[in-house]
Amino acid sequence: MKKGMNKILWSTLGLLLAAVWGLPFLYSVWTAFHDEIYSANFVLNAPLTLENFFEAWRAAPFALYFLNTLILITIVLIANLVLCTLVAYAFVRYRFRWSGILFALIMVQLLVSPEILIVENYLTLSRIGMIDTILGISLPYLTSAFGIFLLRQTFMTVPVSLDEAAQIEGAGAWRVLWNIYVPLAKPIYLAYALVSISFHWNNFLWPLIVTNSPEVRPVTVGLSVFATVESGVEWSLVNAATLMTTAPLIIAFIIFQRQFVANFMRAGIK
Amino acid sequence: MNKRLPFGLAMVLLFVPCLLLVAFTHYPALRALLNSFWNNASSRRPSKFVGVENYQTLLEDDRLAQIMLNSTLYALGTIPLAIGLAIGMALLVNARLPGTSLMRLSFFMPTMLPMIAVANIWLFFYAPGIGLASQILGVFGLPPINFLGSTETSLVSMMFVAVWKEAGLFMIFYLAALQAVPENLKDAARLEGASATRIFFNIVLPLLRPTTIFVAVNALINAFRLVDHVIVMTRGGPNNSSALLLYYIYEVTFSQRDFAYGATLTVLMVCLLGVLAAVQFWVLNRKAHYQ
Repeated sequence: MKKGMNKILWSTLGLLLAAVWGLPFLYSVWTAFHDEIYSANFVLNAPLTLENFFEAWRAAPFALYFLNTLILITIVLIANLVLCTLVAYAFVRYRFRWSGILFALIMVQLLVSPEILIVENYLTLSRIGMIDTILGISLPYLTSAFGIFLLRQTFMTVPVSLDEAAQIEGAGAWRVLWNIYVPLAKPIYLAYALVSISFHWNNFLWPLIVTNSPEVRPVTVGLSVFATVESGVEWSLVNAATLMTTAPLIIAFIIFQRQFVANFMRAGIK
Repeated sequence: MNKRLPFGLAMVLLFVPCLLLVAFTHYPALRALLNSFWNNASSRRPSKFVGVENYQTLLEDDRLAQIMLNSTLYALGTIPLAIGLAIGMALLVNARLPGTSLMRLSFFMPTMLPMIAVANIWLFFYAPGIGLASQILGVFGLPPINFLGSTETSLVSMMFVAVWKEAGLFMIFYLAALQAVPENLKDAARLEGASATRIFFNIVLPLLRPTTIFVAVNALINAFRLVDHVIVMTRGGPNNSSALLLYYIYEVTFSQRDFAYGATLTVLMVCLLGVLAAVQFWVLNRKAHYQ
């Protein structure tokens, strides 16, 4: 009986916290789905409308921004998966001189990440003429120390006997990688892909610095350009645009909630 | 296993990834160090070696002093609060209560949103008059506060935004750690008559320490790395009260076009992060005990 009461008490507390936590977001949702006059004015039967979303969509080239983000995350993800796999494979399967030092040097990127080096990376990019290009945004992120670390940890758990058996069968370095290491690391690839996609979908400062023209802007930068309230855009439009640009991630999260959480965990612990 | 790596294969496996990494991590870091000893080139004269002049400017920069204070307060305020909340959330979500999935959704949602969207949502939340924050104050008959527009409240307001965004992510890591706590340890304690509180402080919390190290290091790096909300919400204002170090680097370099001073500040940032990470890691690691 006491246990049951406790449970109800904790549950109430948890839901209360969840409600408070959700408030800023729900307030934004309310405003996005209602007419401007209901912005600060809660009438329960206020008519719902999608007009804000249509108007925001018309007011700025969001379709183009979405396309740019899509291209950007595709480039980064493919490069990350390929390059990190190669490096992790070299570290796990082979020994070579200075491998310890090289690994430490790679791990430096975990701390000194590209966001911090915006000044010099901008200069590098302008020297090679890559300012205001999508490839330019992606360049500092193509190799990821986090990805290398994650895959190295995973590859180390691959049983040696499997590798040896494949060699006896006459498989070369590439076949061993492709047929043994990569398939066994599939869950980690998925986990890494989810983390990487959400990171680059959300990335803002570096793309803001590198891009000047709408043709290459990702959604985050596009949103910030659109949503400058001083320029007289209405709050309901700003909120609609904010939700619109994050909707794909939110929808994906609600559908894959369990997998997302499990994968974030896996990415964190290993 | 562990064969010698043939040179040709080494080139294929390591050359391109390492080249990219060096070009955008090590090279710019060293380059920033070099450039910090030179002044800016102008159309009339090329840049020239000025020794430690930029570092003298740095020491005498009153704005920087204010910003370093802001960054310290920001880190000290957000990290413990976010970690504490994350542990609480993880305990709630892990307790198999009714409504768990709703709680998890609400706690984790802000983590999924881009910081720029979070910034817009909170900008509206804080907006004087129209925002929910001032309406709630109004319901209780309190005078409205200009959260982002006054020097006393702007930094604290930004800190809430950061905690809101990050606590859910940390919750996930604690959730994983909680699920790894062996049931039999808790059962044994329960048999001995230990209360739930005692079980938490004497068994669960010590086992969470490695997670706390991981989370704290990440939170510290993020506290210095994430400034998207500053750019969108306050632009460091009013009167620098909400400016953080990376935002200052951004402003000095890309608004004032002072690349030499930007490089000097970058060196400061890299050193700071290195020292903080090393200290935090060694201090916490000595106390940690792994299973």
